[in-house]
Amino acid sequence: MKLRNPFRTAVVALIWAWMLLFVFLPNLLVIVASFLVRDDVQFVRLEASLQSYARLLDPVYAGVFLDSLGMALTTTLVCLLIGYPFAYAVSRLPARVKPLLIFLVILPFWTNSLVRTYAMKLLLATNGLTNQALLGLGVVDAPLRMLYTEGAVIAGLVYVLLPFMILPLYAVFEQLRADLLEVSSDLGAERWRTFRYVVLPLTMPGVLAGCLLVLIPAVGMFYVADVLGGAKHLLIGNVIKNQFLDARDWPFGAAASIVLTLAMALLLYAYYLSARMVRRRSADDALA
Amino acid sequence: MAIPEQTVLQLQGISKSFNDKRIVFPLDLDIRHGEFITLLGPSGCGKTTLLRLIGGFERPDSGTILLAGRDITRLPPNQRPVNTVFQSYALFPHMSVFDNVAYGLRAERRPRAEVQSRVREVLDMVQLGELAGRRPDQLSGGQQQRVAIARAVIKKPRLLLLDEPLSALDYKLRKQMQIELKRIQRELGITFVFVTHDQEEALSMSDRVVVMRAGHVEQIGTPRDVYENPCNLFVAGFVGEINVFDAEVTEVLGDGRLVGQIEGRRITLPARNGGFAVGDALHVLLRPEDLRLLPPERAEGFSGEVVERNYKGMTLESVIRLESGHQLLASEFFDESDPDFDYRLGERIRVTWVPNWEVLLPRETAQPV
Repeated sequence: MKLRNPFRTAVVALIWAWMLLFVFLPNLLVIVASFLVRDDVQFVRLEASLQSYARLLDPVYAGVFLDSLGMALTTTLVCLLIGYPFAYAVSRLPARVKPLLIFLVILPFWTNSLVRTYAMKLLLATNGLTNQALLGLGVVDAPLRMLYTEGAVIAGLVYVLLPFMILPLYAVFEQLRADLLEVSSDLGAERWRTFRYVVLPLTMPGVLAGCLLVLIPAVGMFYVADVLGGAKHLLIGNVIKNQFLDARDWPFGAAASIVLTLAMALLLYAYYLSARMVRRRSADDALA
Repeated sequence: MAIPEQTVLQLQGISKSFNDKRIVFPLDLDIRHGEFITLLGPSGCGKTTLLRLIGGFERPDSGTILLAGRDITRLPPNQRPVNTVFQSYALFPHMSVFDNVAYGLRAERRPRAEVQSRVREVLDMVQLGELAGRRPDQLSGGQQQRVAIARAVIKKPRLLLLDEPLSALDYKLRKQMQIELKRIQRELGITFVFVTHDQEEALSMSDRVVVMRAGHVEQIGTPRDVYENPCNLFVAGFVGEINVFDAEVTEVLGDGRLVGQIEGRRITLPARNGGFAVGDALHVLLRPEDLRLLPPERAEGFSGEVVERNYKGMTLESVIRLESGHQLLASEFFDESDPDFDYRLGERIRVTWVPNWEVLLPRETAQPV
């Protein structure tokens, strides 16, 4: 590493300063706050305590955690089921149309996701577009209740997070060598075997990356649950947001954030371990 | 010439285009059982496309492919008793050597015990028994090559297709793998269809060579045939270095020979192919190793000047410029006892050749690539 180049030094210093100021310091504040006590006037009182963590053990919060995780997992699964075939199909298309389709995937990023969530609300509302269309077509007699359901929250999360599933999957499909599929067929494998033993293992890194990129934000996107789920279908993100903005209990909100972060870190570690185990198992198979 | 019961694969009127560009022209080819046949040609001549058509990765626009008399033109690759060794090797990177080699047998749903024993057997044959547990990225290029071969031959195909399999290896390893491939082919008795653009490789390995250009078959024959009796200038130039003289027939002798005028000299030539008449324009072809360099005081041959000398180890190559300006390439084996051998640059010499080794072709208007 040569840091003589002044431009390079400046860039690296800028990044470090940014990370320090806007990532490391705020996180440090959250960690510190989680061990303090709530104060009505100044948000926190400088008094070491574990009471915020103790409150998290309350079954009410455990229930929210599990519900939230359930919704996030469903979201991830739906994203995977839509994103995997989509990414595969796009990667097989002629090079002319690929950029256009990927552009369409990225296009929604240009609009704030909160705005898009409100748009979703218009679609799902009792007198919204979907219901009007269904009534008009005579598919249903009375408008369906879609808004403020768990389904609405999941639909909103899928809508916002789908690109995060598609992009890493597209990347692995693009790298999937055509000659490996040809050789599999050459060796006598039909389509399903080729998929199961060649395509799936080789795209697994993209599947894992996509799942993590969807799952982790999915537990925290409080505004989606706010707008589409009403007050009933809470995400962990809602709990945390409420503590900071409504209940004004900073230490408890901080503790919930820390636990959520740790849970996600644990998840990442579990993925890492499982990926390594899969690799080792197939190596052992060979020696059997 | 082809004896029907010996023919394992027949291509009849096969053609293929990509984006309106003809890659393979209507082409016929018979491949005999157990032979080592090489498709030789410059890049873009359609040899790889032809291999992919046989393998089933491409469908021909027209024509029929018969394998042992059965029409396989429309069959997908996984239903053809034909296997391919890809130029890229195409080893599955997430599988061990063992799993790579076992893949084809598992696709056939062979019993576990049979898979075990046959994979062991094939890995031993390619001398990779010790490395069964390795992953492809832990192997050298030559070892990866062996895995690719083992993975294909374990299926006991009727035909093994090899698409420039040695092109990624360095010179020494390539020589070694050439011998190895020949050994494997002998041991297994499988028909090998080998694609290469390396004429030396083609000549040294093949039972028959198919010289291709622009989607056409130019000549099919034994290596010796195509080297010593090329049917046109392209084949002559592609399978080795060649010197070309333009000549004209001045007299046809009764004994199958004729007299030709070459650069102002009358020379008696063998008209092996016959069919030449007085006044015909000819090419007289001579391999560099057929030329002889003589001291200037000798009377025979053409007068010239040494303009380049290249030491090649076993041979010494000289470029000779004749008085007409025509340049020749001569390749001589070292002979320490010959006092005339070591000509210096710029030295005047006379060039002649071993009589009767000339190849005569009718004059072509288009020059070879």
